[in-house]
Amino acid sequence: MTPLAGLTPLAAAADTSVRLGGGETVAFWVLGPVALAGALGMVFSRNAVHSALWLVLTMLSLGVFYVIQDAPFLGAVQVIVYTGAIMILFLFVLMLVGRDSSDSVVESLRGQRVAATVLGVGFAALVGAGIARATEGLGVVGLEEVQGQNGNIPAVAELLFTRYLLAFEVTSALLITAAVGAMVLAHVEREPGSRRTQKELSKARFLTERPSTLPGPGVYARANSVAAPALLPDGRPSVDSFATGIEPQPVEQMPRPTGRAQLGQPDASLGTLDPERVDGGPVDQAEDRR
Amino acid sequence: MTLTWYLVLAAILFTIGAAGVLVRRNAIVVFMCVELMLNSVNLTLVTFARATGTLDGQVMAFFVMVVAAAEVVVGLAIIMSIYRTRRSASVDDANLLKY
Repeated sequence: MTPLAGLTPLAAAADTSVRLGGGETVAFWVLGPVALAGALGMVFSRNAVHSALWLVLTMLSLGVFYVIQDAPFLGAVQVIVYTGAIMILFLFVLMLVGRDSSDSVVESLRGQRVAATVLGVGFAALVGAGIARATEGLGVVGLEEVQGQNGNIPAVAELLFTRYLLAFEVTSALLITAAVGAMVLAHVEREPGSRRTQKELSKARFLTERPSTLPGPGVYARANSVAAPALLPDGRPSVDSFATGIEPQPVEQMPRPTGRAQLGQPDASLGTLDPERVDGGPVDQAEDRR
Repeated sequence: MTLTWYLVLAAILFTIGAAGVLVRRNAIVVFMCVELMLNSVNLTLVTFARATGTLDGQVMAFFVMVVAAAEVVVGLAIIMSIYRTRRSASVDDANLLKY
């Protein structure tokens, strides 16, 4: 035994602990960074919908980890319940609340963000190092003995319906309470007859300053995107046509004849048989015709 | 590669979730960070179940998932009712118990 080996408890511990298979190692080092990237992307993306999609990425990687670690039932539940149901619920609420209700950048507590970052890094270092030290020689007993011949799902079911039967039954009470609570919280009570008819709505609309609809986006412009505002006849964008939650983009105007020199005679503005370009050329022709 | 790496990954994910709860202002994103913390704890439970050779950790993770589902349903309903009265989903705006 070399003196160096005696000085490195880490290496000694690594020798005693059980090495995992090569396939698992590859899967971990591929999916571990993916899970980390998903978590970081969720915290750092400004848009809440992007946050939800990043979290889906993390949850799917964790589901693969469960399957690798002899928990195929939990892996399936992770994909079906977490990514399938819970995240869809999140996206539903996001769409109901409105995508434009994004995060405010204002710090209500001074230096809170820096403090949280420092705290987070310190906590991660402390817990990570502590766990790494404490579980250095952690062996892998494996679940083959417990699961027996039947595999994972019957073994989990057996445990669930014997030792954890009471907890399982209490879970049903929890779920029914949650369902009723959500219904109570999300329900809006309306007086019967308080709904306004179409006639009343129409009258109320004509009493306002603008009985017509708002101008649609992209009128007089070379784009029909929602972000392209409608242009007024003098070229300014119409404020009424700005979409909520989207920054209005500058739009390229259609070339329009402006001024006496290009329009020529008043009749010429109605159009000619040979369409003319605005830039340069048609001015001479208009003068020729005059 | 040992099981320790799973635990370290779970610790880092938990920390990111906790920091997200502290930093973010949108109530729905704060909720997602809580979900991330629950998920990282589940990974720890599954890893320890494998290390110790018992299935109790997996059953525990299953219960965590059930409770998380119930918690999300009620929490999102609360966020929606707050949004209805205050027209905002920011945690800074909800600083009174009523209204």
